[in-house]
Amino acid sequence: MAEHIVSLKKVNKFFGDNHVIKDLNLDINEGEFLTLLGPSGCGKTTILRMVAGFEDATNGTIEVQGERVEDKEAYERDVNTVFQSYALFPHMTVFDNIAYGLTVKKVPKSEITRRVKEMLELVQLMGFEGRKPDMMSGGQKQRVAIARALINNPKVLLLDEPLGALDLQLRKQMQIELKRLQKQLHITFVYVTHDQEEAMTMSDRIAVMNGGVIEHLASPDEIYKAPKTRFVANFIGESNLFTGKLESLENGIGGVATTLGKAKLELSGFEPGEEMHICVRPEVMKYSKEPVDGFSLRGTVKNVIFVGAQYRTLVTMEDGYDVKINRVKQNKDLKEGDDIYLYWEPDDATGIKA
Amino acid sequence: MSENNAMTLAPKKSFLKRNLPVVSTAGPISIWMIIFVMLPLLYILFISFMSRDVYGNIEYTFTTDNYKEMIQPLYLKVIWKSLKLAFLTTVICLVVGYPLAYYIASKPSKLAAKLLMLVMIPYWTSSLVRLFSINQLGMPNGFLNLLLLKLGIVSEPVDFLFSDGIVIMGLLTAMLPFSVLPLYSSIEKLDKSLLEASKDLGANPAKTFIKVTIPLTMPGIVGCVLLVFIPSLGMYYVPEMLGGGKVMLIGTLIKNQFLMTKNWPFGASLAILLILITLAMMWIYTRVGKLDELEVG
Ligand SMILES: Nc1ncnc2c1ncn2[C@@H]1O[C@H](COP(=O)(O)OP(=O)(O)OP(=O)(O)O)[C@@H](O)[C@H]1O
Ligand SMILES: [Mg+2]
Repeated sequence: MAEHIVSLKKVNKFFGDNHVIKDLNLDINEGEFLTLLGPSGCGKTTILRMVAGFEDATNGTIEVQGERVEDKEAYERDVNTVFQSYALFPHMTVFDNIAYGLTVKKVPKSEITRRVKEMLELVQLMGFEGRKPDMMSGGQKQRVAIARALINNPKVLLLDEPLGALDLQLRKQMQIELKRLQKQLHITFVYVTHDQEEAMTMSDRIAVMNGGVIEHLASPDEIYKAPKTRFVANFIGESNLFTGKLESLENGIGGVATTLGKAKLELSGFEPGEEMHICVRPEVMKYSKEPVDGFSLRGTVKNVIFVGAQYRTLVTMEDGYDVKINRVKQNKDLKEGDDIYLYWEPDDATGIKA
Repeated sequence: MSENNAMTLAPKKSFLKRNLPVVSTAGPISIWMIIFVMLPLLYILFISFMSRDVYGNIEYTFTTDNYKEMIQPLYLKVIWKSLKLAFLTTVICLVVGYPLAYYIASKPSKLAAKLLMLVMIPYWTSSLVRLFSINQLGMPNGFLNLLLLKLGIVSEPVDFLFSDGIVIMGLLTAMLPFSVLPLYSSIEKLDKSLLEASKDLGANPAKTFIKVTIPLTMPGIVGCVLLVFIPSLGMYYVPEMLGGGKVMLIGTLIKNQFLMTKNWPFGASLAILLILITLAMMWIYTRVGKLDELEVG
């Protein structure tokens, strides 16, 4: 038994001169829900297409269940894809669409009928078997696409922005259903999305990509709390970033001279003298009218605004950088033009290598 | 229902006023079609049921003999051969045209436009010139024989002219451009992600072609069949020039009835037969079209 269900090793992909995937390593565990998240054009679709067999890697190896698949055609691989555009066969009924994978494998008719029924039940589309795809709503089509892929009992299901075309409410509902299916069937899902909230709620692990490399691969929780790079800190959620040099490191607490003043935080794996960034999420940012021990970050309150569920205070620093502070309750003690000192609990901040 | 009410409630205007846009635009062409297409056709239909006297003049007495005459083995053979050659031409057009159209459709649109242009060139050259050059190619001392002799493939000149083969060649050069266009347009519209989906679900290229590509490009295939089969069936100058008197097809037969043997009624009945075959094919096309709509639309 292979250790990982899918494994990409030192994979590179060029489109002409365009280096799209750069020396990428990615190990996917059996049964996990892994999400590829990143800005447009960072290579998410390209990775899925290489695993599915629609695109050849320029070099590197791709293994599925410990077996190299570079020389296998798409139709020989034990993975299935759910396309963003659904790609349902317009000339076939829902039944024939779902049955397609079994029909081409010459599975006996009676078994096909039985398994299509099962699938229809699974995606809650009983009674739709005779319909043509264009007589169905987006959400229904997406379920057909999912059933059509799942009927083949794939080892891995690749989903490229499967909910991208749906409206917000339907998307939320389908997120829950997809997660349910994945748990129920114990199939590995490799999921591509633009939507970080979607990634956060559904995934076991998220691979945050940027420019053809994976910058951070970890659980949603860890990615949010301890982003590995500046890009990840900015891309996932909101963050306040300070840049500086590590001056001292005692008992796991580092003192940093930032461009805006002194600050401290819990650190490990850093050496004094190292250049670094500090990431502090807006909801853990604190303030005081008086200087706080170990900190000397001063700013002026720019404004306090209500943004939906919370109050947002913007504090303008000496160099013009706006620090964000989010609170569920209004900061009644703050008003425009107040001079304040910013600080945080040492374990609420994350150090990022420069 | 409501539309009818609106009609009756609307203030009464003269027919001409109400339909001015239609009459003014479609009017002249309708008159043209009636005078130069419908009347002649009706006349053909009419004389196909007439008889003729010994001098070849039309006698206005009703008869169905002209249609019965077609059943003679001699004519049946001509009809059969016409159908056969038209069928072969169509099949070859499909077999050659489909991959060609597929290839062109796989190219970026700019290049595709240029390639389509190349395909259309034979259509724009004078068919007379084209047929003469094919004629020259096929002559006993023509280029084809020269080549075959030089290469030692044959020891003495082959007479390509006046054979079914060269007639089909002629039909192909005339018809291939028409076959590629409808095929290209339906292949170009084909959503490539459907082909990927098919492969993803385990279908090899052959199965994908049969189960997805062909059904979804069926309108183009049927369009190609119609555009090639119908004209091939009635074409008379191609067999005339390349087949000489030896390859007798229905088109030549009709021409002969009108211009040589002066048997207009029989020629007319053959023409009606051609029209009926055409109509039958159009009917099949609309059936397939509807089927297609039911399935796709
Ligand atoms: N067939 C192709 N030919 C040339 N370049 C391509 C091709 N497919 C993708 N690319 C390029 O590769 C890069 C990565 O594309 P990819 O589709 O993987 O991005 P993505 O992360 O899926 O983006 P999005 O979120 O917009 O879907 C892009 O710069 C794109 O222009
Ligand atoms: Mg993409």
